[in-house]
Amino acid sequence: MIGGYPIELLALQLFTGLALGSVFVLLAVGLSLIFGLLTVVNFAHGAFYMLGAYAGVFFIGYLGNFWLTLAVVPLAVGAVGLVVERWLVRPLYGRGIDYPLMLTFGLAYVLVEVVRILFGAEGMPFDAPDSLMGAVDIGVGYFPAYRLFVIAATAVLVLALWLFLEKTSYGLVIRAGARDGEIVRVLGIDISRVWLVVFALGTGVAGLAGVLSAPMRSVFPDMGTTVLVEAFVVTVVGGMGSLAGAVVAGLLVGVVVSMTSLFAPAMAEVSMFALMALVLLVRPQGLFGKKGLMG
Amino acid sequence: MPAQMLKVDDLHAWYDHSHVLQGVSLGAQAGEIVSIIGRNGAGKTTTLRSIMGLVKKCRGEVAFDGQTGLLARQAHARYSLGLGYVPEDRRIVPGLTVRENLRLGLVSSPLKRKEAEVIDRIAETFPRLKERLDQVAETLSGGEQQMLAIARATASSPRMVMLDEPSEGIMPVLVDEMFELFARMKQEGTTILLVEQNVERALSISDRAYVMDHGVIVHEAPAAALLADKAIQERYCSV
Repeated sequence: MIGGYPIELLALQLFTGLALGSVFVLLAVGLSLIFGLLTVVNFAHGAFYMLGAYAGVFFIGYLGNFWLTLAVVPLAVGAVGLVVERWLVRPLYGRGIDYPLMLTFGLAYVLVEVVRILFGAEGMPFDAPDSLMGAVDIGVGYFPAYRLFVIAATAVLVLALWLFLEKTSYGLVIRAGARDGEIVRVLGIDISRVWLVVFALGTGVAGLAGVLSAPMRSVFPDMGTTVLVEAFVVTVVGGMGSLAGAVVAGLLVGVVVSMTSLFAPAMAEVSMFALMALVLLVRPQGLFGKKGLMG
Repeated sequence: MPAQMLKVDDLHAWYDHSHVLQGVSLGAQAGEIVSIIGRNGAGKTTTLRSIMGLVKKCRGEVAFDGQTGLLARQAHARYSLGLGYVPEDRRIVPGLTVRENLRLGLVSSPLKRKEAEVIDRIAETFPRLKERLDQVAETLSGGEQQMLAIARATASSPRMVMLDEPSEGIMPVLVDEMFELFARMKQEGTTILLVEQNVERALSISDRAYVMDHGVIVHEAPAAALLADKAIQERYCSV
């Protein structure tokens, strides 16, 4: 017994936190990649997450298969990201960090309204597939199979992303470009194409986060608004531009929120901001952030 | 008659509203080492950056290896034509290993398929880098970082390399090594455009040199003649 709760309950709550944190991780990874390479603070990231959930609703109705939907949604949302970078964000490069910030801020409202017009303001149901219904015994008790799947899917995706960034030439270019775009250009690499790919990748992963969380949370036009704030908290705690930071901070924030909602439910919403303030006091650049990345 | 590798005609460049290059004309024959000398602020670095495509606002005609209209191309496309560039501050990418920095020079090159082979060859040419290939590049000394920057810019065997102040802040023994390397590159047929503060050193390995002042070329001469002409050196290069 800890704090009056049996250890099994705490362990289950820990897993709930990890599932919640997984969604944060997926969002923060994209946010962090986009910021690290393009120095674009993407305020539309929550809207891309919402698009992912709606794309999920649309494609599952159309394709009738959850797994196929899971594969198609990130591609579809990534394609929207491609268009946004190429025709909306790109003209603003070289004008200072606030221009793309304002643009994506406005874009988020436009996307939310478009979805509201097309699908209505009411929430949409989105069920987990039958194979992931029910609960699984994970040793400390029964845990929803779907949430376990979300944790596993996130782990696989993060691992794949890590391998891509660390082991491939394209990943090398992304890592180098985040540090020094000019030297990458004079070594023959078309950096603007890399920016395009990374923006699409980041938004595609946000879309995946949206469709993955659709069965856990409800699908409605404003669903990206609160999640955007949470994703920013995670990115700041982990350190802008750091993949490891996004992963550790995402899980940490998820666990802190879920534990607080057990011990002090009233404090649950505030807890992540308290954590952020604490981290920033000790390490202003975030847990894994490098000093001067903004400079 | 060797072919013209680089021909710059009436090149102008601006930073914001200041007119930095005011009609620079120069050239390099294939296989030549050509130096640009002159005081700090004369426009030497801007000349190289403009040729490489890193200055937003510039005008003029630059032809490279038979291709005219170089200024209309993006920087990365100029590299693909065979134009290498080692910027002033080396620009070793922090966080990357020596090997990764070298790989970066090969990503866009057809030699990428023979990456391991090329890196082996570089390791033979640069023994100082050989045992440090998997070390984080920032841990190298200044001179070693400069060697790495040169190795990276030449990994794809470019037709011509532009080097900006390669000997700056480097210990003398490494400067010797570096100038020997330039002589070897010339023998292998690489054209070199060199900007150097170390005027005597630069002139001693150059074929020809240009003297720059206030954004224009004020003098052009065979390097040997300029080396003997203390008056010109005094007038345009002393601080």
